[in-house]
Amino acid sequence: MTYTQLAVLGVLLVVVWDLWIVRTRLLTRRVFWMAYPIIVFFQLLTNGVLTGFRIVRYSGEAIIGSSTPESSAPPALGDGRILFAPVEDLMFGFALVMLTLTLWVLWGGVASSGSRCPARPCPPWCRCWPGWGVASPLRAIRNRDALKMRGARAVPRVGGARCGRVRGSGWPWERHS
Amino acid sequence: MGQWSYLAVMAFILLGAGWLEVGLRTRVFRRWRRLVLSVLPVALLFALWDIYAIASGHWWFDESLITGIKLPGELPIDEVVFFLLVPIAAILTLEAVRSATGLPVGDEEHDDAEGEGP
Repeated sequence: MTYTQLAVLGVLLVVVWDLWIVRTRLLTRRVFWMAYPIIVFFQLLTNGVLTGFRIVRYSGEAIIGSSTPESSAPPALGDGRILFAPVEDLMFGFALVMLTLTLWVLWGGVASSGSRCPARPCPPWCRCWPGWGVASPLRAIRNRDALKMRGARAVPRVGGARCGRVRGSGWPWERHS
Repeated sequence: MGQWSYLAVMAFILLGAGWLEVGLRTRVFRRWRRLVLSVLPVALLFALWDIYAIASGHWWFDESLITGIKLPGELPIDEVVFFLLVPIAAILTLEAVRSATGLPVGDEEHDDAEGEGP
């Protein structure tokens, strides 16, 4: 596959990941759209240096634009490039940043609520997934104490039968009280 | 610019985002276990992408502008530093915006008011 194809695929996958698989739904949050322009600004800046000074060089076969020239800087704008870098890099960066931020939010949700149970109905395929939205190997990482569910408390049902919050569970090092 | 060129750009990222930990009390490095669990899987995945791209000739590096130290798969350690620092910088930015605006991120307790704020 070319870089272009992989980059587009990467973007599609992280969107599906965020909105429907782990349902962190960062893409629907104001805080993300305030943070992302800042991230993109610095990405354009640093990537512009990496590509403009030809520290990293690209093959025209893999990108929309043409190859990084042998003895001069690539165009700053145009020929499939934005600030010297191929547009594919923006998509690559989006996938990299989105995936990181969704994981960060996901693990935080584990810490604050024990299970990642959103205040909205779980999709049907989530209902048989304990601590839905959280990969089960993580439960092993959690402290054994936490799994004893001290003071378990049922939460009004908002969706699947397994959607419930357990007081005192979550990451032991980030427990609230 | 020499063999430190690539890493100099990485140092800029570290300084550019790192001050947020102190300046806006993002508490990202203090929650280092959560940070490791967020950054490492992503860095691993994108390192694989990088190895594939290098092997397929999608991109290559000016050997005089990187350290020259390479991991298996012809992966320069400069790139590994990139895949570790950029995710950390992204998390710092998100937490800084949360810290400055108080906007929810999605990991807060949802049925009572105590958020995860500093």
